[in-house]
Amino acid sequence: MDRNHRSDAVIPVALVILGILFMVFGIGRGEALLVLMKAIRICLECVGIG
Amino acid sequence: MGRTNRHMIQGGFSFLTNAYLPGFLNGSIFTGPTKIACVPGLSCYSCPGALGSCPIGAMQFVLGSRDYSFSLYITGFLVTIGALSGRFTCGWLCPFGLLQDLLHKIPFRIKILTVKGDRYLRLIKYALLLVFVILFPLFVLDIAGQGEQGFCKWICPSGTIMAGWPLVAANDGIRNAIGFLFAWKNLILIALLLISIVIYRPFCRYLCPLGAIYGWFNPVALYRFHIDEASCDKCGICQNACKLNIPVFEKPNSPDCIRCNDCIHACPNGSIQKGIAGKEHPVYDSMKRIVEKEGDPV
Repeated sequence: MDRNHRSDAVIPVALVILGILFMVFGIGRGEALLVLMKAIRICLECVGIG
Repeated sequence: MGRTNRHMIQGGFSFLTNAYLPGFLNGSIFTGPTKIACVPGLSCYSCPGALGSCPIGAMQFVLGSRDYSFSLYITGFLVTIGALSGRFTCGWLCPFGLLQDLLHKIPFRIKILTVKGDRYLRLIKYALLLVFVILFPLFVLDIAGQGEQGFCKWICPSGTIMAGWPLVAANDGIRNAIGFLFAWKNLILIALLLISIVIYRPFCRYLCPLGAIYGWFNPVALYRFHIDEASCDKCGICQNACKLNIPVFEKPNSPDCIRCNDCIHACPNGSIQKGIAGKEHPVYDSMKRIVEKEGDPV
């Protein structure tokens, strides 16, 4: 594998790491629990009630 | 992998992520802890069978909450999925994508590849993302200060068919509560379902905010397409095979590509390769080695 090929992977790998860090910090500040609280109740907007 | 296998994977994934079958009978939804995690496709968390959360719905809810004006959790999820595979999810894992795929198989005299103003219509999904997914939750607030989930409420056809239809059918309380909004959302849904028979994936092409986000990652995702310039004669067969009318030989990683692989199967020269960025491309590398060894014949 030459350097050009390797450099193709730098951006996506960096983005994946960034994405995972975002998720970890998001979970840490309670966003995931907020999502869970929403997801376990019937979403009236989604159904079309409002 | 052929089209039938792709549909089997779409169907299998849609079933696995919506496998809480008692919900369909009881008119209720799953309330277990797996819903803390998002699924990659536009799969409504109020579908009775849903085991995970919809990232677009979750994004709107977090943005609309009083505690956060930016969602690290959902943004991180979308960036991770996008950076790994771009719009692969749209072609292989999204239940609403599967529904449109199947509807387009219905034999009909007219099948339209593209419409007038297609280039501009494709921009609608970015406008919907900005206005209904981001701005509505941030700025259209109810008396409690909770932002409105604009996309879920006014547009999302996936929510209408995955959550609305089964819950209205099986839950008396919900059936008694429906009114204008349900009719409006059904109008959008039915229009899209009918158009899907004639035009391939109209929702994904023009309206889906999740596809808009994943599409940005297509050119830089780890999984991407590559054109072997040495063997590609730019005949356009790939574009003819593409139901989204993408000139694959020019833009193999177009933001509109859902990675269905039809172009790969159609190319007579095998010039379109899929693979992981950073790994060697077999045809390209074999040609390169020949050129290095024997000199460029041109």
